[in-house]
Amino acid sequence: MSLFSDIYAVFWADLRVLRRRALRTLATSLVNPVLYLLAFGYGLGRGISFEGYSYLDFVVPGIIALTAMTSSFSGAGSKLHVDRLFYKCFDELLMAPIGTLSIVFGKSLIGVVHGLISSFALVAVGLSVSPSFRASPLLPLFMAVLIISCFVFSFLGVLAALLVRSHQDMGSFSAFVIVPMSFLSGTFFSLESTPEALKMALYLLPLTHSSQCLRAAALNQPFPLASLIALICFGIIFLTASIIVLRKTSV
Amino acid sequence: MYSKNLLGRSLLEEAIVTENLSKMYGQIWAVKDLNLRVHAGELFGFLGPNGAGKTTTIRMLTTITKPTYGRAFVDGFNVQEKPEMVRKAIGVMQQHLSLDRDLTVRENMELRARIHHLSADERKKRVEELLDYVGLVEYADRTVDELSGGFQRRAMIACSLIHRPKILFLDEPTVGLDAHTRRRMWDLIRRLNADGVTIFLTTHYIEEAEALCQRVGIIHKGQLIAIGSPIELRGKIGLFTVVMVTEGGKFAYKYFHDRAEASKYVQKLSNSNSIKSVVIRDSNLEDVFIELTGGEVIGE
Ligand SMILES: Nc1ncnc2c1ncn2[C@@H]1O[C@H](COP(=O)(O)OP(=O)(O)OP(=O)(O)O)[C@@H](O)[C@H]1O
Ligand SMILES: [Mg+2]
Repeated sequence: MSLFSDIYAVFWADLRVLRRRALRTLATSLVNPVLYLLAFGYGLGRGISFEGYSYLDFVVPGIIALTAMTSSFSGAGSKLHVDRLFYKCFDELLMAPIGTLSIVFGKSLIGVVHGLISSFALVAVGLSVSPSFRASPLLPLFMAVLIISCFVFSFLGVLAALLVRSHQDMGSFSAFVIVPMSFLSGTFFSLESTPEALKMALYLLPLTHSSQCLRAAALNQPFPLASLIALICFGIIFLTASIIVLRKTSV
Repeated sequence: MYSKNLLGRSLLEEAIVTENLSKMYGQIWAVKDLNLRVHAGELFGFLGPNGAGKTTTIRMLTTITKPTYGRAFVDGFNVQEKPEMVRKAIGVMQQHLSLDRDLTVRENMELRARIHHLSADERKKRVEELLDYVGLVEYADRTVDELSGGFQRRAMIACSLIHRPKILFLDEPTVGLDAHTRRRMWDLIRRLNADGVTIFLTTHYIEEAEALCQRVGIIHKGQLIAIGSPIELRGKIGLFTVVMVTEGGKFAYKYFHDRAEASKYVQKLSNSNSIKSVVIRDSNLEDVFIELTGGEVIGE
């Protein structure tokens, strides 16, 4: 009872901020994915067919997955790390009689909202440009995986924001983890064609599982249940790690 | 195990108790072996120069910094074992702006009310009441970013009061305020104390401690070097101060416990020609502070 109201209290404040900047936030988060779509889907990939689909059909779910990731990650992490490091307003949450789970979960929810807003915008694009996507009977499953992905990467955003010691650290985390992951996780190419060793490595990235699941659902292929479970495990790990870090870092 | 202290006060009558409370950062002791008691209902001032350890002490008492060793009890609860109980009892106004700058004053207050579990009706009532109390009604719907520093501090104190805390920590509440706003803040602090709130206030303005506080602790380089009412502290160095100005225009001070002694000393001085002028006046807290933190008395 109090857990839910505490989570909502934390989320409520972030929602108020979002309300003030909704359009700008949405526009910013759509720039990259739309560029990818134009460059890879229409430019590079025109005329290529892939696993029996056009490259465009193939790449749209991948781009949706990476949008969900980047947008949830920064939606949850970017304000949080500034509030924690530079403004003392994160301390106020720590001095209030609410638990660490409420803080971590509450702070993640705004990332989920960011992630869902931008990936829904891309889903709309996908539905209009990709015939297979439109025809897939698995769209509800697609949506479920999308929501789960947004949670996973929001938890990761919170974790990163709680770990970093400077603004620069946050940039480095993005540059060394988020950006490479967005290109490598089977978003733009098929894992089938990669060497075995690399494939194993790529399965260590949460986005790989997210893009595999989303693509299977979008193209009506056999659904990789193991990947969905892996994705959920990543979410649990990131959430738990955030709680532990928050309990430890009250220096 | 902590039912009575030496004065026979039960722990419940002590708002704050610390036992050898200490915090080390890297190689330095920010706070070292602090033993302190603040009685319930008291307006206590914690005075010390920059870097003395005032903020570190407050952060330990408000459960967000872990002591290196030592213990602290706030409202009867151990800050490390029962932080959630402590958090219910305290309100904190931090030294630096700690409001969410992207939210309005009202939203900041509402957030605070929510995380302190006020009901919707209570929230609404309390926010309006406090906006009025601190004189921010017209500014309630501006974002914090748009307010001047003085108004930001008023908003901070309003936020810290939202859940009617029993014990209020104010870390340099009047820093950077103009003279009028400072007086207003003082009035507000006195009014709160009169309403029964225990107040732990830090400052490096001596006149502030003198004007407001029933008891003052002086902290220097992490250690408590004096504690008592302003008059007790003045009594420590001597209630009377002889101020001498030398030929070179330098000031020198000597402290005496009674006026006769001071006069005798001045008489003797009149023969000396290296002293240009001399006055006797009452000692003040500033004398105590300079004398105790100046290095001569406590060594180092
Ligand atoms: N997070 C920290 N990491 C390292 N050192 C710290 C940290 N916080 C405080 N210190 C050090 O601890 C000492 C006491 O600092 P503190 O902020 O408690 O002083 P203060 O009395 O509040 O000073 P001021 O009047 O300037 O606010 C200082 O030497 C400071 O450099
Ligand atoms: Mg300080």
